[in-house]
Amino acid sequence: VTAAGDAMRQREERALALIERVRSKPPRFTDSQVTMAHGAGGRATRTLVEGLLVPALGSETLRELDDAGIVALEGLGLALTTDSFVVRPIRFPGGSIGELAVNGTVNDLAVSGARPLALTVSLVLEEGLAADDLRAEVEAMAAAASTAGVEILAGDTKVVERGRCDSMYVTTTGIGQLDSRARLGAALVRPGDRVVVSGSIGEHGTAVMLARGEFELDAPIESDTQPLWRAVDELLDAAGPSLRWMRDATRGGVATVLNELARAAGVALLVDEARVPVAGPVAGACEILGLDPMYVANEGKLVAVVAPEASAAAVAALRRVPGCDEAAEVGEVRADPPGMVLVDTAFGGRRVMDLLVGDPLPRIC
Amino acid sequence: MRFVDEFRDAELGRALATQILAVVEPGRRYQIMEVCGGHTHAIYRYGIDDLLPGNVELVHGPGCPVCVIPMGRVDDGIAVAMRPGVIFTCFGDMLRVPGSRGTLLDAKAEGADVRTVYSPLDALRIAREHPDRDVVFYAIGFETTAPSTALTLLRARSEGVRNFFVFCNHVTIVPPLRALLESPDLRLDGFVGPGHVSTVVGARPFEFVPADYGKPLVISGFEPLDVLQSVYMVLRQLGEGRCEVENQYRRVVPYDGNAQALRVMAEVFELRPHFEWRGLGFISHSGLKLVPALADLDAELRFEVPGVRVADPKACQCGEVLKGVIKPWECKVFGTACTPERPIGTCMVSSEGACAAYYNFGRLSRERVVV
Repeated sequence: VTAAGDAMRQREERALALIERVRSKPPRFTDSQVTMAHGAGGRATRTLVEGLLVPALGSETLRELDDAGIVALEGLGLALTTDSFVVRPIRFPGGSIGELAVNGTVNDLAVSGARPLALTVSLVLEEGLAADDLRAEVEAMAAAASTAGVEILAGDTKVVERGRCDSMYVTTTGIGQLDSRARLGAALVRPGDRVVVSGSIGEHGTAVMLARGEFELDAPIESDTQPLWRAVDELLDAAGPSLRWMRDATRGGVATVLNELARAAGVALLVDEARVPVAGPVAGACEILGLDPMYVANEGKLVAVVAPEASAAAVAALRRVPGCDEAAEVGEVRADPPGMVLVDTAFGGRRVMDLLVGDPLPRIC
Repeated sequence: MRFVDEFRDAELGRALATQILAVVEPGRRYQIMEVCGGHTHAIYRYGIDDLLPGNVELVHGPGCPVCVIPMGRVDDGIAVAMRPGVIFTCFGDMLRVPGSRGTLLDAKAEGADVRTVYSPLDALRIAREHPDRDVVFYAIGFETTAPSTALTLLRARSEGVRNFFVFCNHVTIVPPLRALLESPDLRLDGFVGPGHVSTVVGARPFEFVPADYGKPLVISGFEPLDVLQSVYMVLRQLGEGRCEVENQYRRVVPYDGNAQALRVMAEVFELRPHFEWRGLGFISHSGLKLVPALADLDAELRFEVPGVRVADPKACQCGEVLKGVIKPWECKVFGTACTPERPIGTCMVSSEGACAAYYNFGRLSRERVVV
């Protein structure tokens, strides 16, 4: 080893240390305006949430950045969460905005270890929306609430001028009761734990993308929208305290929630790509569109971390739940490098699976 | 997926990796440039560099069509997009490329009607659907995408569509390659040559690389086995002291290219005297514009564009990174003024650019074994 080589290595080390210092700083929201990237769930969303919202509004609970906040009320643990739905088109193969609005909020509660109890529904309607479309969505909400076993207790409606919103926007707020079997948290995740997904991924995002009709591409793909409490219930029964952490892999897909976990828990995650279930038509559509199913939204799939000895039981329990029959162990928790998600590709190489910078944009080459 | 999975077979990949080990001289450092952005993508997507010995290094070339668009051209595009009544269409990954004052995504947030299309024909369809609006297609890319733009222009002409315009940024592959090879400090040993471009231009135009500059070039497909085999073929040439153009992508690339596509291009485009490349500066006869007969479809003539040249920041050393002269971290602005969130140079723009990749994954990529 020469002295010059040594000096080079030291300079490289300094450059890497500088990057790590910059990256470990809390993100700052410095953009001059909101762009679509801020809504895409990747890096830009992180600067918005962690750089503006949490510092301004942040309670201790909000800082945890979980899917639901927990309130303790006279010995009772309550989970509270809210979500807005702005999907276009409002109806797509496998579901519609009304069903999505119920399931999305129910699932945020479920993966927080809380049995969903009740919802409120807030509607923003565009002038000119067909009454039949509205009726269909209200009925879809009622049906979804009944399937998920939650009551809708309160609501609100607003109408805005034509062109001020896209058909209809729905906001649902949900409350659930913390299940006594659940001991969940990123801090409980340990090297050696296993990563489990509850079924085949990428269906919702692909179905909606194709339903927009921009690609002249047809495939038998339906949104996976479904309530997840039953799956969580089975998981808690099968794994109990060995179940460490859960998230539903919505916007930004499995890749995004895994990145959030790696950062929050200060661990590395190693995913075995070949074991991640992806349905043939989804794989084909993503291949043509140049997208990675790992980053595509799901609306009825969760990612869980379980202790290694409970992994097989957890997967078996999930597979008994309708809609989760493809559940699989897909990876494991490692100590190094902390904060990173690595993928062993089906081809045999290893790569980093990072947060997206913005929207997953189609590539030209 | 048939016709896809066959080219992603892990076992064949391992076999190729073993063959590569056998042709690599211990202690020798190899720098091989993959010219195409599509190859760079495959390399990351499948972790191909992870299967190579540490002393075989893949240098990501200038073939990412969105990354090489200079800031001034992005500014011009944004100026057109911001005009009232304009529907501005382009490929998706162009939206995030920074000009001197923001990106097309920012322009969209400010109210510009910017739409993503998958094909210039989609843009023409939008023009037909909105006869009262001016629809502009911001055309980018090498000879890969140029024929489809050319075909669309001819169709617009034959259908008599009056509200469709092309903002042409098409470039050709040979001039930047020659510019790279001309630089005295070049440290590359060989090239993984472009695949999609070659389906149009063929293998013949690359004969100058071994003939004039003594570097082997292997035209490669885009599946992981293609890329790995092409790297092997370059290394084997180096080991055997051969130096020629080889065609790994023979299932798609004919030696003389696609005569019909070349004819359509010749009908529609002519060479600009020079064109600016981000990070590489001005390169003579490297850009295409519409022929005078199609002047009424040329967005640059139809709309007033600022046309102001915005110089690459002086400190940016993308050119040297591309030539393999310096490593990303040796650049003066790397990681400080130039980051993936606020990129200055082409190598930081795309997440697969050499600098962005090093920024995100640098520490990890140093763990490979050197033979």
